[in-house]
Amino acid sequence: MMLEIRNITKKFGGIVAINDTSFNINKNEIFGLIGPNGAGKTTMFNIITGNYKPTSGKVFLDGKDITNKKNYKIVREGIARTFQNIRLFSSMSVLDNILIGFDNSIKYTYLESIFRFPRYFSQEKKTKEKAYEIMEFLGIEKFANELASSLSYGNQRKVEIARAMATNPKILLLDEPAAGMNPNETKQLAHLLFDIRDKFDITILLIEHDMKFVNHLCDKVLVLDYGKTIFEGKIEDAIQDEEVIKAYLGDFKHA
Amino acid sequence: MNKNFIIYLTLAILFVLISPYLFDDYGVRILNNIFIFLILAASYNLINGVTGQFSLEPNGFVAIGAYVTALCLLSEDLKWDLFQLEDPAPWVLALNTSLVPALLLSGVVATIVAVFLAAPVFRVRGDYLAIVTLGFGFIIKVFAINSPEITNGSIGLNEIPSLINIYWTGGIAIITVLVMLNIVYSKYGRAMKAVRDDEDAASAIGINTFKIKTMAFGTSAFFEGVGGGLLAILLTTISPDLFTFFLTFQLLIIIVLGGLGSMTGTIIGTVLVIGGSEWLRFLDGPMNIFGIQTEAHPGLRMVIFSVILILVMLFAREGIMGKKELSTILRKKFKKGKDDVRD
Repeated sequence: MMLEIRNITKKFGGIVAINDTSFNINKNEIFGLIGPNGAGKTTMFNIITGNYKPTSGKVFLDGKDITNKKNYKIVREGIARTFQNIRLFSSMSVLDNILIGFDNSIKYTYLESIFRFPRYFSQEKKTKEKAYEIMEFLGIEKFANELASSLSYGNQRKVEIARAMATNPKILLLDEPAAGMNPNETKQLAHLLFDIRDKFDITILLIEHDMKFVNHLCDKVLVLDYGKTIFEGKIEDAIQDEEVIKAYLGDFKHA
Repeated sequence: MNKNFIIYLTLAILFVLISPYLFDDYGVRILNNIFIFLILAASYNLINGVTGQFSLEPNGFVAIGAYVTALCLLSEDLKWDLFQLEDPAPWVLALNTSLVPALLLSGVVATIVAVFLAAPVFRVRGDYLAIVTLGFGFIIKVFAINSPEITNGSIGLNEIPSLINIYWTGGIAIITVLVMLNIVYSKYGRAMKAVRDDEDAASAIGINTFKIKTMAFGTSAFFEGVGGGLLAILLTTISPDLFTFFLTFQLLIIIVLGGLGSMTGTIIGTVLVIGGSEWLRFLDGPMNIFGIQTEAHPGLRMVIFSVILILVMLFAREGIMGKKELSTILRKKFKKGKDDVRD
């Protein structure tokens, strides 16, 4: 089991954002987290990545308890994420953005960089080559020296994915990766995510509203509504589930 | 390292070497001033421009550096003579070193203070950080006034040996700029810029933001301490009143005018602000404009200076250089060199 979420509850004051939710993600699975707006999907992401502390419950990565770790330490354990509203380092080049992702794998000390020890040059060279590999894989190598903020929306998404991949994750958390993309771009993105899973051996957990995209991509989905799990299983079954329909479209019987 | 960079470096070293023959005593003194402010501004730029932490503390670190260097250089007899309010503390008397260890010690003491200060200071961000760090400068001043056994209170220290020398200030300024550039173009510099652009995203991508901010703060404090030491031997007299917020404010003008985060901008800013305010000195005195004799207007130069500042800020929002470096602009212009380690 790659990621295990056990009885997570998160309260903000009196509001219960997530109520006793549990699920498991297997290795090399593409797992979808869906649900209407305000269901607690992004809150769940923030708990897994250590941005929020859960009120109760535990998160295990590869059998290791990571519940109360700081977010930058969780990245080192192997969880990387992208944001719903793209958050690139806007004043830096695409290459530098991706190099930031490699930060923990670059091995030279502060003094070695100040005095320009040989290790600085060898490590920088090696890392740049790795960054170009990822960029070529995603097809953004021609933008390497452009300002990240000057790219189109779709390419910025790719840079964000590249940056997350640079941290060498076991599992990648994507928050609405297809948002704002046209059908063609969405199709390409789906191919890309399959490739990421197969070639880099990365498990993927994603939040998405585009049901066609989710249907095409996800092995399994979890539907949240008001912080509660209302369905877990295959997407084909989910769209026929009464609870799920009720959550998305409302309850016709009492309307 | 690329070829252009080595050319810039050689030119800078040559300039420092021949400057005593190019300028008279007055010019050399201003040049010393410019170099010292370059050290201070370049290091201040690391925390304020590169890391984006709007802090207002350099006057505190400069004061620490100046006092440490002064105490190291004053002889025991001289200290007995100077300390009138209270007898100097035994360890103050025992401090006696030559210039290089004194400057290094100034830097180290400032760094240690900075590292301890980082824990409370970096709990807050943005405007709040500015207020908290502003307080630090006041604390140092009050400490200096109320610790006569160490600092000789509000009388201050004088008769500091005038060991100032253009080779010291110029050499240290070049080293400072080199160190700053080496940091900026390393993984640490990238992490600092990431913190500036989006601290939460940096943290979510695996950067220990507190550690990075502390590194930038400590490094900046080291060079501010060294610069303070140089200031002490330039002025030969220091007192708590010398290191007020106005010093920080001047540095802030330099880096904002030059462009936050740009080393070239900092150099231009220093020359304009420190050199310019000297050059504009003629405005304070009586003038003869096209035959019309005007009276002396003390303070006019600051008015003109402020006007220039407003104009620059109006037409170049991000400062003269923005976040760019001279080499990047030149390279874009001539479209050569695809991707060097050093921009």
